[in-house]
Formats: sequence, structure tokens, C-alpha cells
Amino acid sequence: MILNQKEYNKVVKTISKNKLFVQGDEAYAYGALLAGCRFYAGYPITPATETAEMMSQLLPRIGGTFVQMEDEIASMGAIIGASLTGVKSMTVTSGPGFSLMQENIGFACMTESPCVVVDVQRSGPSTGQPTEPSQGDIMQARWGSHGDYEIIALCPNSVQESLDLTIECFNLSEKYRNPVLLMTDGEVGHMREGITIPDFKEYEIFDRKKPTKPPADYIPFLPDKGEIPQIADFGCGYHTYITGLTHKPNGLPSTDDAEIHTQLVNRICRKISDDVDQLSKVEELYLDDAESVVISYGITSRAALYAVKMLRSEGIKVGYLRLITIWPFPEKIVRKIGDSVKKIVVPEMNRGQIIHKVRESVGNNTEVLSLPKIGGVMHSPQEIAEMLKE
Amino acid sequence: MAGLLLGEAAIRDKKQAVQTQSYGPESRGGAARSEIVISDQQIDYPKVIEADVLVALSQPAFDKYHSIVKKTGTIIIDADLVKCEIDKIYSVPFTKMADSLGKKVVANSIMLGYLQASTEAISIKSLETTLREKVPEHTIELNIEALYRGIDFRKKGK
Repeated sequence: MILNQKEYNKVVKTISKNKLFVQGDEAYAYGALLAGCRFYAGYPITPATETAEMMSQLLPRIGGTFVQMEDEIASMGAIIGASLTGVKSMTVTSGPGFSLMQENIGFACMTESPCVVVDVQRSGPSTGQPTEPSQGDIMQARWGSHGDYEIIALCPNSVQESLDLTIECFNLSEKYRNPVLLMTDGEVGHMREGITIPDFKEYEIFDRKKPTKPPADYIPFLPDKGEIPQIADFGCGYHTYITGLTHKPNGLPSTDDAEIHTQLVNRICRKISDDVDQLSKVEELYLDDAESVVISYGITSRAALYAVKMLRSEGIKVGYLRLITIWPFPEKIVRKIGDSVKKIVVPEMNRGQIIHKVRESVGNNTEVLSLPKIGGVMHSPQEIAEMLKE
Repeated sequence: MAGLLLGEAAIRDKKQAVQTQSYGPESRGGAARSEIVISDQQIDYPKVIEADVLVALSQPAFDKYHSIVKKTGTIIIDADLVKCEIDKIYSVPFTKMADSLGKKVVANSIMLGYLQASTEAISIKSLETTLREKVPEHTIELNIEALYRGIDFRKKGK
């Protein structure tokens, strides 16, 4: 479905009544609808259930489909299938469900099926603390499925950004033909803030490239140029073939040819890793003269920014880098900061995950300190400030 | 619910607001906590670090949270539900007042009115508009009456 002005008006009319002050979980739903998502399959889970509730109320009113599935792996299967018929699709879950989705996330990478997965992270492992926020799935987002693949993952820190980045997730999934993850958390998911619904002309919508050649000449997994093939949606009159097995450009399996496997897997990885500079979205503040820097993402960044402003008001030279894109990791940006500062502090609501990428990026010249926090409690600005000052 | 209404009223007043909460008690029972930060500027940290105002409508809530209130801050309690020995405190019979209106559940609206008059962090107009939109239709007038009872009670210096 292509989102035009008429469809946009329909969405805004459906969502905007009395919607001044909303939860992150609601904003994912609004972002999805504004991006043109018309299919949701999921299994409710705290702290992500409100998104499912929203989608179940809103989708039927604008001609979309909501399916409550039997579990999370089936939910992934359903959104992949729906996407391959040309409908932008999404599922929303939390840690335990995210674990169950991993196999089919790999399937979506291998079959190059655009789709969006929102993980409202909660405290794990296992069922852990269902109602408490966490950032414990950051490495799972990158490495949770087996084999070699690349993933795109974004991390919002406010309710407005939850809406904006959900739209961005859909655009990137359509552009790169890949699953895109919104790695948010229970704190942002349940937090309420004011939002502004963007005007139709204020935001970009990217739709997948459709075949330009006639059906007889269409080769499903042979890119015209670059690394990303055009998609013939099921039912549009083109022959196409989808399998998780290693496949030739025509889509048919070929499982014992090293060359075919190498070419395919390198291509589905390179289409993302080669574009890391374009994909790297960060927020940089107070970096010019900073001697120590806090690198954070998601809700943790709200405490980090407060800490940095507090120290700046005391005349202490500290800086702030927030990763909006966490995968692919914005290595160049982090390395550059490492070249100019003495100390980097990495607060995370886990026992230390993205810190490994930070250390890998800056090498041994800069001190990189982890500030882990688990149990469902946010960092206080004071504790971040103390570590920056030490 | 009270936190949500305050936040939305603040947004109507063109202010920034963030509301966070303890999750679950609405559906599971037990003590519910709602934190709200209202500001003219961008709000970085979404949680309350030092409270200007604490409204405690149960004894456990008061015991647990009264220490986060600033020295210059305000504590408002329900006179019949919370016992405390701090002098500078506003003890208001919200529940009793609600009973006299015929419905205990409007104690929250009385409290919101009292809070508005105490802090003026939000305007009466925005609070009334928000309340009208959020409460069940057949209870609108009762809730608005409750809201003004709370405002008047505070204005009379009680």
C-alpha cells in the first residue's frame, strides 16, 4: 500500500482524537500507521501490550488487518508472509517473545523480506521482571539468529522519537529489504509525553522498489544495480520463489555450492554494512572541547544528558554522544571521539553490552568505563556524573 | 489517572510534561505511583529527583515517598487515610468530601482541584477540559463539581 494524502488523512482522523499525551507503546502504533503499515501479527506481552491493543483498535478502522497469533515465532512468520504480498507489516514484543522470534528474523534476513520488529525490552533473562525496563537484548538484536547476517536497529529515547523512528524503521526495511528492529524499553514504552503528529509533507515514506522488467525477464534475487533486488509481491503476476535455503539469483535452492552461498550471504550483509555511514544516526552535544564523554542510547541517554548539563554548569568539560542507530554500529563516529578524549563512560541497563563495540572502536588509547545497571531501575544523573568526574 | 490528567493539562498549557508510573496496580491491586515532571523547558530526566509536591492518599505511599520532597516542598495527604506527625502538611479530607458528593471515586478530582490551586503548575481551564474528555460521560458533571470543590477548599485557605 502506498500512503497518499487521502490515506494519511484517514490515519490522522483515526488516531488524533484526544491524543495529546501518550505512551511510547501508543506512539509505535501511530508511527507504523503513518508509515503505511496495514498488517500486525503478535502475541501480547508486558510491557508491549498497549501497542497490540492500539493496533487491534485502529487497523480494522483503516482497512488493515490485526491478527493475534498463537506465539511469537508464528507472529514473525505471519508478518513475513504478509510483507511478501506487498503489505507493510509489523510485530511488537518484549524479551521472551524476541527470543522466540529469532529463527524467523534470520529467515526474513535470508529471504530479504522487509518487516519491522519492535522490542520493548524488559528485565531478563527468561521471564525475569515482566514490568521492569531493561536494555538487555542489545547484543541479541545483533546476533540472536544463527549464521552470518546484518541487522538494522534503532533506539528511541522519547515518545515523539518512538513515533518518528517507527516510521524510519519502515522506510529502512523497505529500502534495504531487511527486517529492521526498534530496540526500545519498558520505560519509554510506558512513559507518557506530548507528541506532534507530523504533517503529510513533513516526513518521508520509502516504498520498496518494484520490478521494472517484464515478468519473463524478472530474476527475483538479481539486483539491477547495487546490492538490493527489486521485489515482485506475491500475486502481482510475476514468478518468484522464497526459501530460507541458500538460493540462486532465480530464487531456487542451491545448497552445496560454496560460490553461490558466499555471493548471496556477502551481498545480504554488504547491502547494510557498506552503508553504515548513511545509516549512522547519532545525537552529539558538547563534544568540541570535551575531555570525557558519555556514550548512551535509549532511555539511559536522558539521565546521561542531565548529568552532562549538570557538570557543564560547574565548568567541567564533558560531552554527550547518543546512539540512535545501534546496529550497524556507528564505529567511525565513536572512533573519532576516542581519538580526542581521555575517558568514555558507557551507562547501560544491562551488565555491559554495547561497551564491547565501543572498546573495539576506540582501541587501547582511551579509557572506556562501563556503568551497568540491572533490576529495572534507571541510572540516576548523579551516578553518571560521578563516573565522568572521577 | 490523576498523573495522566495533569500531564495532558500541562500540554494544553503549552508546557512540557513527562509522566512515568509503577506498572500494574490498576489491574493487579496494590499501591499505585505516578510521577510527573512539568516544565517550561525540555525535560531531560523523566523521573522526579526531588519533588516539589507529593500527594499521598495512603499510609504506605506517604511512608515510602515523603523523604523525596524538597525542604521547601508541599505534601498533601488525605486526612482520613494518612497519619503523620510533620507540621507543615496539607491534610485534606478528600475521601469524606467525595462521600458527601455521593461517589467516593471522585476523591481524585477533588484532589486534582486542590493540587491545581496549591501549585498553579497547570491552568484550571486546561485541567477542566482534560477532565471532561477523559472521564466517563455520565460522570462529567459530578467530576467537574468535585474539581471545583477541591479548588475552593484550597482557596478558602484550608
